[in-house]
Amino acid sequence: MVGAVTNGPATSGVGPAPVAFDDAMRSYEPVLGLETHVELGTASKMFCSCATAFGAAPNTQVCPVCLALPGSLPVVNGAAVESAIRLGLALNCSVASWCRFARKNYFYPDMPKNYQISQYDEPLCSDGYLDVTVDTPEGPREFRVEIERVHMEEDTGKTAHMGGATGRIHGAEYSIVDYNRAGIPLLEIVTKPIEHTGELAPQVARAYVAELRDLVRSLGISDVRMEQGSLRCDVNVSLMPRGGTEWGTRSETKNVNSLRSVERAVRSEIERQAGVLNSGGRVVQETRHFQENTGTSVPGRSKEEAQDYRYFPDPDLVPVAPSAEWVEELRATLPELPAAKRARIKAEWSLSDEELRDLVNADAIELVAATVEAGAPPADARKWWLNELSRRATETEVELADLPITPEQVARVVALVAEGALTNKLARQVVDGVLNGEGDPDTVVEARGLKVVSDDSALGAAVDEAIAGDPDAAEKVRNGKVAAAGALVGAVMRATRGQADAGRARALILERLGVQ
Amino acid sequence: MTASEIVRMTAAELGAAVRSGQTSAEEATGAYLDRVAEVDGQVNAFLHVDRDTALAQARAVDARLAAGEDPGPLAGVPVAHKDVFTTADMPTTAASRILEGWRPPYDATVTARLRQAGMVVLGKTNMDEFAMGSSTENSAYGVTRNPWDLDRIPGGSSGGSSAAVAAFEAPLATGTDTGGSIRQPAAVCGLVGAKPTYGGSSRYGLIAFASSLDTPGPLARNVLDAALLHEAFSGHDPRDSTSVDAPVPPVVEAARRADVEGLRVGVVKELGGEGYQPGVLRRFTEAVELLESLGAKVVEVSCPSFDAALAAYYLIAPSECSSNLARFDAMRYGLRVGDDGTRSAEEVMSLTRAEGFGPEVKRRIILGTYALSSGYYDAYYGSAQQVRTLIKRDFDAAFENVDVLVSPTTPTTAFPLGERTGDPMAMYLADLCTIPANLAGNAALSVPCGLADEDNLPVGLQIMAPALADDRTYRVAAAVEAALADRRGGPLLAGSAFAV
Repeated sequence: MVGAVTNGPATSGVGPAPVAFDDAMRSYEPVLGLETHVELGTASKMFCSCATAFGAAPNTQVCPVCLALPGSLPVVNGAAVESAIRLGLALNCSVASWCRFARKNYFYPDMPKNYQISQYDEPLCSDGYLDVTVDTPEGPREFRVEIERVHMEEDTGKTAHMGGATGRIHGAEYSIVDYNRAGIPLLEIVTKPIEHTGELAPQVARAYVAELRDLVRSLGISDVRMEQGSLRCDVNVSLMPRGGTEWGTRSETKNVNSLRSVERAVRSEIERQAGVLNSGGRVVQETRHFQENTGTSVPGRSKEEAQDYRYFPDPDLVPVAPSAEWVEELRATLPELPAAKRARIKAEWSLSDEELRDLVNADAIELVAATVEAGAPPADARKWWLNELSRRATETEVELADLPITPEQVARVVALVAEGALTNKLARQVVDGVLNGEGDPDTVVEARGLKVVSDDSALGAAVDEAIAGDPDAAEKVRNGKVAAAGALVGAVMRATRGQADAGRARALILERLGVQ
Repeated sequence: MTASEIVRMTAAELGAAVRSGQTSAEEATGAYLDRVAEVDGQVNAFLHVDRDTALAQARAVDARLAAGEDPGPLAGVPVAHKDVFTTADMPTTAASRILEGWRPPYDATVTARLRQAGMVVLGKTNMDEFAMGSSTENSAYGVTRNPWDLDRIPGGSSGGSSAAVAAFEAPLATGTDTGGSIRQPAAVCGLVGAKPTYGGSSRYGLIAFASSLDTPGPLARNVLDAALLHEAFSGHDPRDSTSVDAPVPPVVEAARRADVEGLRVGVVKELGGEGYQPGVLRRFTEAVELLESLGAKVVEVSCPSFDAALAAYYLIAPSECSSNLARFDAMRYGLRVGDDGTRSAEEVMSLTRAEGFGPEVKRRIILGTYALSSGYYDAYYGSAQQVRTLIKRDFDAAFENVDVLVSPTTPTTAFPLGERTGDPMAMYLADLCTIPANLAGNAALSVPCGLADEDNLPVGLQIMAPALADDRTYRVAAAVEAALADRRGGPLLAGSAFAV
């Protein structure tokens, strides 16, 4: 079923040296445009009933429709339309009362029909906006990013290039195709040109994608995992001379698959284009591919020899015509959106601008809020996510939200500490266990035997042993050098493998040695 | 019951005979398989016949009947499928090299519903490649011959189906009608063929030519049989978004009613006159007079936009086909040419399509690709869609004053094989009268109205009705059929060279 065919070489080119960002910004004003694809989390595909689970064995989630077998026909997934309308409403768009799907025609081995069902001149949602906040030395600054459109389409399959050194098409011996992804519903969100950002362009781009991701997540329509490709971003950049009015030629950088990459891609493309323009060159309208390892991009196909997609309304599908009543019903289902939630949380938890910024930057706001919702005091919830868990995420190179621990589990750990059942040190070990996949906090406590030793007779024995084992220290304490008790507490903690409550142990030692 | 008795029966009679136990599905199927074996060497109506599979199906139907199940009036009646419908137990090629040997993993809705109705699939019939043509000469697997005259075309694109039914190789056959591909072959083979309302019969499993036009429909030797088949596979299908969610028009009841008393019949002024074969026009005029004599009120109606129908069709259908046929790329199924490890995917696609598609298919893909191209879209595809709207309006206006419209089905009788293969425009003219109903999506049917004096070949009367008023076409056709049979003293097909 899989085409095993060789591919021709990709083109490559080397341009003039890039210009340092600050220098570039002195001469040019960037104009951005962002096209974001969100894979919807619907149970079935856009036009057939195949499952959409990520990571299934290749070509197991396919059927005559998504393999484009002769005679098969698409049928629109109503849940995907609903998701699209909800996102459109959350982005302050107007929702079309009548629109059609269009066929985008081009040949590619991972696209079974050799056309993609998409929307062309009749998008479902249009003309909205999303406000984003960027930190500046002068404090937070808000930008309104205008949304051109939100439209529905289907994803393609995935091609893997085999036998080469790089996994890229160039140098590969053959290619294999997995059609599981073919037909997964996508929403494409396209911004209008974003102007007047100046040197904040990279941050604005990043803040927009982050805000959009949070918005989508809050709607529950996608898991928006950039590393799994369920949120993908194409970055359009052009430069115009400072004080100019005419936009320059834009490039489109694809394969930008993390928030950090969005920022880096904009920055490096500004530097590259400034280099081209400063050397008297001309920016070519082209598609470029972002390279995670270098933080720069390489040229793909040139749009100046662009394909003609021959869009036309898909005759296999009937128009989508959401009634005004339905749209209003969906509007009523919108949850509290991230911006409103942030404002509320800031007020409710009495956070400063900086504290809120730390939460936002750590991508922890939803996690903390969920932890609070599960019963933890806000300060404890923040502390856990911003310190211990952020550190673990950085160490293991995953997003905070992808750590294998839930807000409910964190809240339980907080509760155990508050009850006195765990010390902070033990609590970290419990978190270790949860992250290790050993189960819920209570299960880990049980299995690892991590309960605080609060039984005075057991603790008392350990204290007596410690005093007997270090008579010098005991004598010093008796003579009023209370600080010397630290060595005895340490011995107790060692003897109890850290499970004793250190405060209680200290009190017992002082009591035995007649010091109150 | 003897084999010749069986193949001479109408489908309705055969169904009744199976139900009453006078014969069995197995016996009926065997009789038809024998007939195919006897004459298909001359006619070449079939691309695929599998005796064992057909007989096994027939026995299963007999078992269902024996178990007390009632699959419907066509249980035990054999049927031939145009090779454009997918069949899970037989190859499906659309008469193209590019699908040679392809076995679909699924049944088309039409196929599945007829199995459910207890019909036995005899085999798959020849057609113009991907249903593009009016003579079945565009098949990659050889021409099919007209049973009335083996040197003439059986019509197309459903020419294998029309020839099979006309040669008594099948009592019934399915076809598809995109621009006349059921009505035109029915007309030139002396059969009844209906193009149901667009969306009235499911396209799921029909290999697409032009999605906004393709319509599955029946071919039969008489009006009632056509109605029975029409009813058996029609109705809403959730797997085809363009399927109409409405009750199937009462076509069987209409075919039995067969009266036109008080019915208002409009003769389309633009479909007739210059360029039409005199013998065709003479039979058509007589048919109109006949309707009048049966109590219909006949008026002339003008549909001025019909003059642009052919041009609009040859932009819309190729545009859609250029996209629909893009999936034949050697990646997942069908022919693969040049995959020797040195060529890119694009080269393999290109070589495969160059070798796998015939000249007419390529012509239409190129036409459609051009018509949809940036800078030409508005002038070609866009204008054609506007014409389509005008044609719909002409129909709407006409149907305010009349119940049905009539015209000859084709400008000429069956033309000789090879006569038009070098002249695509002449070939396209064969669909001049049938195309408007496809563009508007309404119901239409062709019923025999006699033989042309010049060549003694069948002439078809086309009856057109509003969308979802398919029953009216059957009512009129049944009245014409009955009156002509009385006048003639028997069915038209009794005079064919392959009559039994």
